[in-house]
Amino acid sequence: MADIRLIEIKEEIFADNDKLAGEIRERLREKEVFMLNLMASPGGGKTSLIVQTLRGMKDHFRTAVIEGDIDSIVDAEKVAEEGIPAVQLRTGGACHLDAVMVNMALQEMNFDDLDLIIIENIGNLVCPAEFDTGAVRNVMILSVPEGDDKPLKYPLMFTVCDAIVVNKVDYLAIADFDMAALKQRVLKLNPKIKIFEVSCKTGEGIPAWIKWLRNEITAFKKSA
Amino acid sequence: MHELPVTENILKVVLRHAEEAKAGKVVRVSLRIGELSDIIEEWLQRYFDYLSKGTLAEGAVLQVERTPVIFRCEDCGESFPVKVREVHDIACPSCGGGKATFVSGREFFIKNIEVI
Ligand SMILES: Nc1nc2c(ncn2[C@@H]2O[C@H](COP(=O)(O)OP(=O)(O)O)[C@@H](O)[C@H]2O)c(=O)[nH]1
Ligand SMILES: [Mg+2]
Ligand SMILES: [Zn+2]
Repeated sequence: MADIRLIEIKEEIFADNDKLAGEIRERLREKEVFMLNLMASPGGGKTSLIVQTLRGMKDHFRTAVIEGDIDSIVDAEKVAEEGIPAVQLRTGGACHLDAVMVNMALQEMNFDDLDLIIIENIGNLVCPAEFDTGAVRNVMILSVPEGDDKPLKYPLMFTVCDAIVVNKVDYLAIADFDMAALKQRVLKLNPKIKIFEVSCKTGEGIPAWIKWLRNEITAFKKSA
Repeated sequence: MHELPVTENILKVVLRHAEEAKAGKVVRVSLRIGELSDIIEEWLQRYFDYLSKGTLAEGAVLQVERTPVIFRCEDCGESFPVKVREVHDIACPSCGGGKATFVSGREFFIKNIEVI
């Protein structure tokens, strides 16, 4: 019988993606462009939050959007209605955006003309959490109808995010959703995470979210 | 859900190392994947069998070690494993403290391969 040899490898499976994501972040830092990666289940409110955010931000920061979500032609149109450039990614049934796809979209953008790029990731709570896109901040939207037990089902997502936006709080009165329990679960997984309660429909809570994001961008530009 | 691209990456790395080592055949691939990853091991093997046909790695067995999710107590510094999908409350087994920070559980790497 032939001898079996053991070859040590110790290589990260996502090493290529992580390396490219790191390069993207470095380039963004040089050009002082803040990139936000927005993740949620389908229908959680990614496009709605982007539209609300653009309304609150565009007078202060030059913004562009990378649209990766499945029904993103419609989403890109909604963004375009706000007078903001949107780059449409054709993801062909992919379950997440990775650094390669984001990099393709970035090649169509001029960093000198931008302060903020928002990525609408593909609607999915599992896969996007595993792939670094090169974003400076990761944010997850959790909508009230999805329930308060999501941190138990998708713990990885909660450990990679810097903030959670609990959307559709206008449903709280009729939904069986325990906000205190949710917060407790989320903070256990990630004590540094920021939690915002908003309704993209009524506009409730949006100013606090915008304020946080503006502070993050300003701090990033100062440190860049 | 993205087991296919993951498996493509694994195969790429495995073949690179096997060729460098002038191996005749890869018989085993040992992976370390943290409990926080939602990867389904069974699918890794299925995709690997499919993708590796006709390569040095055809027929290799993927052996996956799942590493636990570890938190560290902010009160006493003790590190302890947590079943994040089951427990609603994270408490330190040593001092009972309720404030703990995430340490590890997101590993995703290829440890070694066995070749002949
Ligand atoms: N009632 C309510 N509906 C919302 C809210 N935010 C979004 N929606 C609706 O939820 C649906 C999905 O929102 P969308 O932004 O397209 O989600 P996406 O798939 O994550 O981009 C749309 O019909 C929105 O009008 C909210 O705060 N309250
Ligand atoms: Mg959308
Ligand atoms: Zn303790």
